[in-house]
Amino acid sequence: MTAIPPSELDRPALARGRSAADADLRSVSAAIRRAEFGDRLRSLALAGPLLVLLALSFGIPIVLLLSRAVYDPTIASALPQTSQALSGWSGSGLPDDAAFLALAADLRDNQAKGTAYELAKSLNARLPGARSQVLKTVRQLESAGDKPPLEVVKSVPFWSQPGTWPAIANGTHAVTSFYLLSALDLRWNADGSIERVPPEQAIFLQVFMRTFFVAAAVTLATLMLAFPLAYLIASAPKGLAAILIVAVLLPFWTSILVRTAAWTVLLQKFGLVNDLLLWLGVVDDRLDLMYSRIGLIIAMTHIQLPFTLLPIYSVMRTIPPSQMKAAYSLGGRPFTAFRRIYLPQVFPGVMAGCLLTFILCLGYYITPALIGGASDQLISNFIANYVNVELNWEMAAALSFILLVFTLALFGIFARILGLDRLKLV
Amino acid sequence: MMLSPYPTTGERIRIGLLWLWCGLVILFLLVPILIPVPLSFNSGSFFIFPLEGISTRWYEVVLGTQRWQSAIGNSLLVAFGTTLIATILGTMTAIALADEKFPGRRIVMPLLLSPLIVPVVITAVGSYLFYARVGLASTYAGIILAHTALASPFVVVTVAASLTGFDRNLMRAAAISGAKPVRSFFKVMLPLILPGVLSGAAFAFVTSFDEVVVVQFLASANQRTMPLEMFIGLREKLSPAITAAATLMMGLSIVLLVVANILARRGQKRPG
Repeated sequence: MTAIPPSELDRPALARGRSAADADLRSVSAAIRRAEFGDRLRSLALAGPLLVLLALSFGIPIVLLLSRAVYDPTIASALPQTSQALSGWSGSGLPDDAAFLALAADLRDNQAKGTAYELAKSLNARLPGARSQVLKTVRQLESAGDKPPLEVVKSVPFWSQPGTWPAIANGTHAVTSFYLLSALDLRWNADGSIERVPPEQAIFLQVFMRTFFVAAAVTLATLMLAFPLAYLIASAPKGLAAILIVAVLLPFWTSILVRTAAWTVLLQKFGLVNDLLLWLGVVDDRLDLMYSRIGLIIAMTHIQLPFTLLPIYSVMRTIPPSQMKAAYSLGGRPFTAFRRIYLPQVFPGVMAGCLLTFILCLGYYITPALIGGASDQLISNFIANYVNVELNWEMAAALSFILLVFTLALFGIFARILGLDRLKLV
Repeated sequence: MMLSPYPTTGERIRIGLLWLWCGLVILFLLVPILIPVPLSFNSGSFFIFPLEGISTRWYEVVLGTQRWQSAIGNSLLVAFGTTLIATILGTMTAIALADEKFPGRRIVMPLLLSPLIVPVVITAVGSYLFYARVGLASTYAGIILAHTALASPFVVVTVAASLTGFDRNLMRAAAISGAKPVRSFFKVMLPLILPGVLSGAAFAFVTSFDEVVVVQFLASANQRTMPLEMFIGLREKLSPAITAAATLMMGLSIVLLVVANILARRGQKRPG
């Protein structure tokens, strides 16, 4: 039975003109609308608290972090007079003495306010080596006595080097593309176009490529291991299938940290993997698997295998075995039947499993930190390092920004093409 | 894959190879998670088989020393707090989303799931930055809040699944019989979807109990949880106590998630 929408009930009644029945109908439809509005309000009120909590503990923190990538007022607020003095500067050569004087005054103010170190650090992020120079100049200004400040500043060669003043001038703009460009190994050059940084300063493209490579290798490895097993589970008798699926779920339910810990034990020089390789005669000498790329990929493959397998399995078990039998009975050779009947149907599941694993691999942090060597650290490890060790929030934010763009773009593709129902996370 | 009634040689070989390959994959899946269990009972200090002898000395370290005890206490506190909040708010949200008239349903679901997709380092660093400004850094409340974002999607998903088998007419019947919405929720809906709610709660608990990255950024030195203690231990010096802690954590997660899955299955099978 389908209910007649109130608006259609209304129309013939209106044509008849005003009557008591008409008024009733209208009040009924108004009541329905009121009730529906109430329902809607109630469901919003039910979902509201979690949405607010997510905004507070997830949304706002991430937006705040990303804003640090493009908004950095440290230099602008530390050097107000210099900013003003530089507003008329052409950008090439050295600025006039007024700018040097303003700088000296600003540096003294910073020393008085105790913000000199913060300024030095912030300038250092844009101009490697600037930290010590700024602090040195500040010290000299303090102990200068009668010596005019202009002379003090000019006596430090750093302030007359070609790159210094453009970097300061750039830094006085609080909204900046500097960090985002740096995260891609790019920079503005003197004539206002974007260029690659010199090879000896380039680090991040390589790290991004490494992250993509590890993610792709792990995805491929999990697919090779998961596809046949999913096929076996989907076509095994019920009891056996249940046992096999438990074998997949047990590691799935064990935390990433615990599995990583298990792998650090296994991959030791005198660990089980090396024992096995020696026994099999694959190697003559024990390998250094800890702190190596191959060890990292093996451990990540183990952790991600169920994520790839489960979406594939959930598609495979919907395909009736009679289909393949029909294909055989129509004369299809096993390989042809597999390629033309089976594969096209399981393809969405394969895509879902692989895409999910690839996305999750891009954000790996624990496993590279514990099993990877210095040259196997992925982008998340660099982000953590910029926060914990270098205290460079802007660079951490810029790397997060780019990692997030990739992750969300792939997640968007997943949701759009495959649908969120294929996301097997529990 | 089983053999057909009249297998050809080619089929025998194919199926044989499939079984062999899958057997190796199963070994690859299970051996690594089982290895820490015997090692944790080793009486020696090394990770080498054969074991020197059986002892529980490493469990005594984990359960008996002050450092690990306070870590276990912190873990339980954070996990219970997270479970409580995530279960209540997640269940409410799932009920709201089950209503087809819910505005913006197609947008809300991906948003709810995004904490599981966004690299956890980004979430952790962002929380660290934000919480430092609002005074939540190094507080249990801050850690619980951040964990709730990671755990609540699991509750929403499991409760939503159990709601697909729930007949909304029951709520209408309760309303007609004069029950207020809150009363009909507790008397009619909750008993029927309880397996889904409890299963979601178990997922939330395990998510929080196992989490280490957010804790690493948010916790102060005396708020270290069990996974964080393990992570630090793994970085410093590999001690067999770690395998004992790993075994305990693995046991807890597996028991809880087995229960969660049995409950979830029961919740979904219930006729609507």
